[in-house]
Amino acid sequence: MNDLFTLVVSKANYWMTIALMMVGLYAMIAKQNLVKKIIGMNILQTAVILFFITIGAKRDATIPIVKHGPDSHSQGLLAVDYINPLPHVLMLTAIVVAVSTLGVALALAIQIYRRYRSLDEEEILSQLKADTSEVNHG
Amino acid sequence: MKPAAIIIVLLFGALLGYAAMDFPPWGDPAAPASVHVSPYYIEHSLTQTSVPNIVTAVLADYRGYDTLFETIVIFSAGVACLFLMRVFRHTEPDSRMYRHLPSGITLRVAKGYAPPPESREFERIDLTWVPYNLVVKTTSRLIVPFSQLFALYVIAHGHHSPGGGFQGGVILGASIVLYAIATNMRASLARFSEKRAVGLCVLGVFIYAGTGVLCMLLGANYLDYGALAVLFAGDGVAARSHGILMVEVGVGITVMAVMVHLYYSLASSGRHDEGL
Repeated sequence: MNDLFTLVVSKANYWMTIALMMVGLYAMIAKQNLVKKIIGMNILQTAVILFFITIGAKRDATIPIVKHGPDSHSQGLLAVDYINPLPHVLMLTAIVVAVSTLGVALALAIQIYRRYRSLDEEEILSQLKADTSEVNHG
Repeated sequence: MKPAAIIIVLLFGALLGYAAMDFPPWGDPAAPASVHVSPYYIEHSLTQTSVPNIVTAVLADYRGYDTLFETIVIFSAGVACLFLMRVFRHTEPDSRMYRHLPSGITLRVAKGYAPPPESREFERIDLTWVPYNLVVKTTSRLIVPFSQLFALYVIAHGHHSPGGGFQGGVILGASIVLYAIATNMRASLARFSEKRAVGLCVLGVFIYAGTGVLCMLLGANYLDYGALAVLFAGDGVAARSHGILMVEVGVGITVMAVMVHLYYSLASSGRHDEGL
C-alpha cells in the first residue's frame, strides 16, 4: 500500500502527461469533426511538452541562467544547481512549431469546408465516394 | 469505431504507464536525462559563449542547426498557408457596409452601386456587423506600442534573462494581431501589408542562414560564430554571443511575420479584405 502511494506521488507528473496524451489520442481517433481532431492534436502536443519539462526538473535547482557579474567568469559552476536546459531548448522551438502546424491544419480545414460544405468526416467520405464513382461511370 | 478507439487508447496508456514505472522519480538530479550532455552545457556555456542564459546558448550555438531547421519549418508553414488559402481572384462582394462616423449610422451598399464619397467621415466596416467600440480601440492603441517595445527587449535581452527570438517574435506578432482585431483587417494591412509579411518571413531565414555563410566566408565552419571576432571588437568568446544575437534577430523576424501572415490568411479565409 505504501509502495503504491510512493509510486503515484513520486511520478504524479508522468501520470498526468499520460492521461493528457490519452485524451488527445482519443480525440484524434474517435471524433468525427475535423476541428475537434485538430484540438486533440494540440492536447497531445501539450502533453509531450509537459513531459519534456518534467524530465528537465531537478530538486533544489534554479532556472538555467548562470549567476554572473562583471568579473565572475567560471567560478566553480555545479550542474546540480541548475535545472536541465536541454528539454527547455527543445520545447521552446516545439511550441512555436506547434502554433505553425496548427495554422496549416486550420487552413486545410477551411479549404475542406469550402469544398465539401462540411467538417464531418463521414459526410466528407461519402461525398468523396460519390465523386469517385461518378468519375468511374462517366 | 468508438470501442476500437477506446481499446487503442487504453493499450497506449497502459504501455506508457508500464514504461513510466522505470522512470526516475520527479526532480531526481541523477536522472539519466540530466547526467549525459546537459552538465557540459551548464558548466561551459558561460566560458565558451559568454551567454549566461544557458537555454539561449544551447538553442542558438550548440544546437544551431536544429534551430535553423526549426525556423525553416515555421517559414514553410507560412508559405504552405499562403498557397493553401490565398485567393488571388478578386470577386466583388454582394454588398459592402460603411459607417458614417459623426452620426453612427451604418449604410449597406449593394453590388454595383457607387460607394459613399472618400472622406474621413465614412469608414468601411466588415459585413458581420461590428459595433463602434471606442474602449477597445483606445486600449489597443495604448497597449500595442508597449508590447512591441517589450518584444524588442525580450529579443535583445535573451542572453541575460528568459527570452529570445522565438518568444519575442511571438509577442511582436501578437501586437500586430491585436491591432488587426481591435480595428479591422484593412487598417492592419495598410500598416503591415501582406507583401511585407511574406518578405520578412524570407528575410529572417536569410539572416539566420546568412550568418552561417558569413562564418564560412571568414574561414570557420557553418554557424561557428567564433570566426565573427574579426568583425566585432573582442575575442572569439564575445563574438559567439554577438553571433547568437544575430540569429535570434533572424528567428524573431521570421516568427513575427509568420504569425501575422497566418492570422491574415485564416481570419479572412485567404481573401485579405475583411474578417474578425
